[in-house]
Amino acid sequence: MLTLTMSRALNEGLRCALRDDPRVLVMGEDVGALGGVFRVTDGLLSEFGPQRVIDTPLGESGIIGTAVGLAMRGYRPVCEIQFDGFVFPAFDQIVSQVAKLRARTEGRQPMPIVVRIPAGGGIGAVEHHSESPEAYFAHTPGLRVVYPSSPSDAFRMIRQSIALDDPVIFLEPKRCYWHKGEVEPEAELADMPPLLAAQTVRLSPQRGVADGPPRYSVSIVCYGPTVEWAMRAAEAATQQGVTVEVVDLRALSPLDLGSVEASVQRTHRLVVVHEAPGRVGLGAEIAAAVSERCFADLYAPVQRVVGLDIPYPPNRLEGAYLPTPERILDAVAMTLAAA
Amino acid sequence: MSVQLDRRSEIRADARAAYARMVEIRLFEEQVNELFAAGLVHGTTHLCQGQEALDVALAAVLRDDDVVAATYRGHGIALALGMTPASVLAEIMGRSTGCTGGVGGSMHLADMSIGLLPTSAIIGAGLPIATGAALAFQTRGEDRVAVAVFGDGASNIGAFHESLNMAAVWRLPVLFLCDNNVYGEYSRIDRTTAVLDLSRRAAGYDIPGESFDGMDVDTARTAIAAAVDRARNGGGPSLLEARTYRFAGHSRADKALYRPEGELEEYRKRDPIAVRRSALLAQGVSEGELAAIDARVADDIAAVVATVSADPLPDLAAMFANIWTEPAAAAR
Repeated sequence: MLTLTMSRALNEGLRCALRDDPRVLVMGEDVGALGGVFRVTDGLLSEFGPQRVIDTPLGESGIIGTAVGLAMRGYRPVCEIQFDGFVFPAFDQIVSQVAKLRARTEGRQPMPIVVRIPAGGGIGAVEHHSESPEAYFAHTPGLRVVYPSSPSDAFRMIRQSIALDDPVIFLEPKRCYWHKGEVEPEAELADMPPLLAAQTVRLSPQRGVADGPPRYSVSIVCYGPTVEWAMRAAEAATQQGVTVEVVDLRALSPLDLGSVEASVQRTHRLVVVHEAPGRVGLGAEIAAAVSERCFADLYAPVQRVVGLDIPYPPNRLEGAYLPTPERILDAVAMTLAAA
Repeated sequence: MSVQLDRRSEIRADARAAYARMVEIRLFEEQVNELFAAGLVHGTTHLCQGQEALDVALAAVLRDDDVVAATYRGHGIALALGMTPASVLAEIMGRSTGCTGGVGGSMHLADMSIGLLPTSAIIGAGLPIATGAALAFQTRGEDRVAVAVFGDGASNIGAFHESLNMAAVWRLPVLFLCDNNVYGEYSRIDRTTAVLDLSRRAAGYDIPGESFDGMDVDTARTAIAAAVDRARNGGGPSLLEARTYRFAGHSRADKALYRPEGELEEYRKRDPIAVRRSALLAQGVSEGELAAIDARVADDIAAVVATVSADPLPDLAAMFANIWTEPAAAAR
């Protein structure tokens, strides 16, 4: 067991993949000599050489389009998009080719491409550098979208994503790159939990604190950078006698709705948290799915704690945009008040 | 050898077979047009009458293990590379016997076994894909060549620039073959494009560029062979502009009324099949022999239409298949 930052955990995951499978390539803008602006590809060029770790020109459509051609010739490219907002020039190749080629060729041409995207805000970096583009991709059949929240998940999920024959949009919570956590670098792929499985953590009030009424409980569904804040809100809630289940989705498409449903059936209340603007987002999808599957289990309307429906705000104002622990706690209180 | 590659090898060695393939493409497209009018082809189709010489020339030059990324105007290149008329027509007619089981359709022909990468409706999408295939060949040290066939309209897409630059900076074994048929969809090239000699754009990437008559199969073959040999031997990418003309409209519904008066008639005088016919006659092939070829191809196409029209549609399950590898289904 090693204690690594998320950036370093991803770096180790890429190193394992490059070492274990000669078909794996890492490519992108300044991923080689520089080692990536977030250091995720640091040292890979010197270890694996310029044919495996490729510095590309600046041009995202060209990068992803080239990856499609490489995949057609048997490679497994892992493409880095330098910042979330830079993925949009590649959107055409991703949604029109990468997502659809497998179906269009009756499964004969899989697209084992991973597109790594540092995503989300909270680092004072304004628009184009703080976007949360997950809903665009989750809306497209054929793409998998995943968003780890911890170093251990980042290490595990990057390895699983590279090993998978489906294309994966791999979002990395950039404000968590320097968070540390325990990573098991010797873990075998076969022993890992399924890539699409959500993780549910139940936090109960400590004895003596738990004065709340029966069924004083709530589920908080979150993913990526908001998991840390959901956990903080959950811990504060337990101090007030509330039982909280924090469901870290990990995979956004396909969605592990079974885990969400099971949690709601236990807690009867649901708060969905994400950083992307709320309108037509993942929160809306989850709320709709829960109302379809287990409406009768709900004691209160579903609450969304999400980014505002505005362009990503200027850096000095982003605190008012983000779904902070305080906003999550307010939403928890709303669900309890509704009962 | 597969049926497709046998068909490919025919046109390499035998000028009559190359002529026959051009006739096959012409009659095939005319047949698709008729089937569309009869309500038997749905959606849309993009026909390539007038551009047959280029498709056949390219197929005759390439080695069996080279690859081609082509466009939605792709029936001709598919037939030239060796796909059977039955396989292509069945795909166009949405039959389960088509080259991708009827799930692709006219714009999405593919046969990976002969190096035809899946075509697509997205203008210019094939350029970076061919570039990536060429990067794979270079990385593995294989002396194979990738070709991106694209229209004049695609030369204005951002991916055109990204691909040519990338291929040039890495000296990739790729040929960028622009089939300039004068029209990007419904607009004449001089209304949309600043440089009309499209091969001049090669200078921007410091790679060889050449324009040639794409309606003459021998001229096209010579130009393509030089660029393919250069790519195969480490000389890097080239940009070729084949000057052709689209006898049909952009898509099936387009009567192309935007053409200047007399333009189509002028180009028809250079009809690639008529040009080829004259050349073969001049080389001593008899009129009777050519007429026999024409008749045989027409019979073959008619037989294919009869067979394919009776082929089954895909099962409804086909539209849910192959979107993801299996575990995704478990996420319901």
